Amino acid sequence: MVSIEDFGQYETAWCPGCGNFSILTCVKKALAGKGIAPHQVLFASGIGQAAKTPHYLNCNMFNGLHGRSLPVATGARLANPELTVIAESGDGCMYGEGGNHFLAALRRNVNITMLVHDNQIYGLTKGQASPTSGLGHVTKAQPHGVQLEPIHPLSVAIALQAGFVARGFTGMQDQLVELIQGAIDFPGFALVDILQQCVSFNHVNTFKWYKERCRPLEKDYDPSDWQAAMVRSQEWGDVIPTGILYTNRSRKPYEDVLSVSSHGPLYKQERSMEGVKAAMQVFA
Amino acid sequence: MSIDKNSGRMLIRIGGEAGQGLETVGEMLAKALIRSGYEVLATQNAMSRIREGHNYFSILTGTEPILGPEEEVDLLVAFTQETVDLHKDVLSEQGMVLIGPDMEDQGLRSVLSVPYSDLAEDKIMANVAALGVISAMIGLNQELVSGVVQDALGSKHHDLLPKNLQALDNGIQWSGRQSIDFQPLPEGAASQSRLAINGNEAIALGALAGGVNFCSFYPMTPATSVALNLISQADELGVVCEQAEDEISVINMALGASFCGARSLVPTSGGGFALMGEGISLAGMTETPIVIVLAQRPGPATGLPTQTEQGDMELALASGHGEFPRAVMAPGNAEECFHLTIKALDLAERYQTPVILLTDQYLASSIRAVQRFDLSSINIPQAPTAQSDELESYQRFAWSENGVSPRLIPGAGTHLVVADSDEHTPDGHITEDHQVREGMVDKRLKKLEGLVQEIIPPAYTGDDDPQLLLMTWGSSQGAVLEAAAALRHQGQSVATLVFSQVWPLDPGNFEGYLYKAESVISVEGNATGQLAKLIRRETGFQVHEQVLRYDGLPLTATQILRQLQS
Repeated sequence: MVSIEDFGQYETAWCPGCGNFSILTCVKKALAGKGIAPHQVLFASGIGQAAKTPHYLNCNMFNGLHGRSLPVATGARLANPELTVIAESGDGCMYGEGGNHFLAALRRNVNITMLVHDNQIYGLTKGQASPTSGLGHVTKAQPHGVQLEPIHPLSVAIALQAGFVARGFTGMQDQLVELIQGAIDFPGFALVDILQQCVSFNHVNTFKWYKERCRPLEKDYDPSDWQAAMVRSQEWGDVIPTGILYTNRSRKPYEDVLSVSSHGPLYKQERSMEGVKAAMQVFA
Repeated sequence: MSIDKNSGRMLIRIGGEAGQGLETVGEMLAKALIRSGYEVLATQNAMSRIREGHNYFSILTGTEPILGPEEEVDLLVAFTQETVDLHKDVLSEQGMVLIGPDMEDQGLRSVLSVPYSDLAEDKIMANVAALGVISAMIGLNQELVSGVVQDALGSKHHDLLPKNLQALDNGIQWSGRQSIDFQPLPEGAASQSRLAINGNEAIALGALAGGVNFCSFYPMTPATSVALNLISQADELGVVCEQAEDEISVINMALGASFCGARSLVPTSGGGFALMGEGISLAGMTETPIVIVLAQRPGPATGLPTQTEQGDMELALASGHGEFPRAVMAPGNAEECFHLTIKALDLAERYQTPVILLTDQYLASSIRAVQRFDLSSINIPQAPTAQSDELESYQRFAWSENGVSPRLIPGAGTHLVVADSDEHTPDGHITEDHQVREGMVDKRLKKLEGLVQEIIPPAYTGDDDPQLLLMTWGSSQGAVLEAAAALRHQGQSVATLVFSQVWPLDPGNFEGYLYKAESVISVEGNATGQLAKLIRRETGFQVHEQVLRYDGLPLTATQILRQLQS
């Protein structure tokens, strides 16, 4: 039995009232609920306040560079397909600095869970616009308001036929736990974009702002309908839908196609010198 | 002054357009020569700046060892008029040119027009007909050449084999009917079972022998074929090879794999390596093993993408922000490519830090005849301790005497493995404590002391107190050794000092040689003398003169001698 206590309790560097606290709790609950022990999971994270999350729970962890958690997670999972691999970071890290990796990860479909703390702002660097900041959002760095179209991460993922595309909100924790568990269970790449408040630097998209808008998708919503998913992923007004927007089970996880990974973790595979000898023969 | 040609040494150059099968015929000829017991150095050039697609393949062969390229062509096989125009001025005194039926002989002294359309049923097989003509002219055994063609085409293009063998035979027969005034090669050495292998292939083979099971890459000339060679063995030998979205992903992916117990190697060239810079620093900080192959080509920026240079030593030495230990190997030939790849993997694994293997386009793509590598003596370094739950506690960056902390594999046991790109405490968590910071910097740099103990010292050859010491590194060693031999032959007192590892350096290994020589000349394939600058920085010694080449071509003994004279 794995319990939430197994993941420990740590002092954090977050502001009081930060949405990260709820996400941390939900992550622990999701893992404990699935019976995944700390040593069975590897978190790859980038840089930013969200990227510190793995430091505050017991787990294997590679807290790497800004924007690069997905490549690290990809390499880790291909090297050891027995590990539960979670890439966790903020919207700036995942969609901005790491944007090309996001696109590639969606296309590659390695069995990784991608958790994005999406507060529509850069927190650690004190309040510049992020790739998801709304049009017109005024910051010290964007004094005339954001002019760049927000990235719409869920639409991007759906456009690229991702396997599992979900949106959660820190004010809807039971649903968030289920979404994280669904993402871990999903055989392939799974994205959970998590809307959260930044109490210090985003005074537009506050907890109250999200609370008034976030609504779970209807019970009869069919997430396998690509066109409906595309339309719903663009809803961003008085109502912002949360839940599993899209699932696509037609693609195999990438590591299932690689013959090497199907033989288990690389560290357990021994190199055959006879095989190397045969490889040398090619040049004789 | 020029090189005294070793008796029977011959340079054959095959030139034409991309798509005429020059590489295929060049490789087959190189293999046939090697199987016949000759020494070979086969180099490829793609001169895209002159006209789209003009390529040539040069095969230097003979019975004596060949270390570096030469310039004078003895047999020019031209598939285009342009080939004649571009290379007629480098023909040797006895040099002969084979041209196609529609080409002009331009009044050259010794020209033979080959009726390819009569010899090859299909135009595309003209190259194999040419192989027949060439091999008859230089005196190769017909059956042996036919065996090489069968090996090359047999597995993939079995249906094309009969027609190709016919074209080969037609070429041989036609050649026999002409009265050609061309001196064939002297008898080859007793046929030995050697390899025909280029630098990239030797690196891939070394990687396999050294236990590489993860290779991420982004295609970039001239490094790509390292990955392609691994891919060709990937399913058989258990290597995950992944083409990534960019070089930033390449290195981070490889580090993720390495952190999880894989042995990772990534091949790239200057531009891609520059993109990897932050990742190299990450490897230093997280103490994650990684071997990066940097196959140099002329920069800056896109430079001359298909040509050669030794311009990135300083990049390799300084890549990645912050201070951390690294080793930089600079193999000088295919054998060293094999052995230093294994050494690089071993050092990276044991010191948990990045190791860079510096090659270049010339070395990466030139084929040489080498003895089979002895695999029995290779010990693949131990994988990081697959976890033992007997350990009471575990800290990824535990303080240690030599700076190296025990590595465990995440998920292999119950101990948690925590690594961070921030400065961290021994348990891998973020810290901003100044004392811990200082301790961790010292711990990481302490590993350099171990790396120094395992340096490959530069190879010194020659008199104790020579008049002239030629100092060089990496792939320029062949040209330098040949130039030195030529000078000694003329009675000069010449020594050579060849670096095949450029970092770390231990001046105690070589400083004495620098002061004993009357004159020290650094010979490098770059414009600023990067080795000379490094030596000055590390020892204070200023070389007396430099011979530098940076036009995109490899150094040759002839060119070195020419520059020494001027």
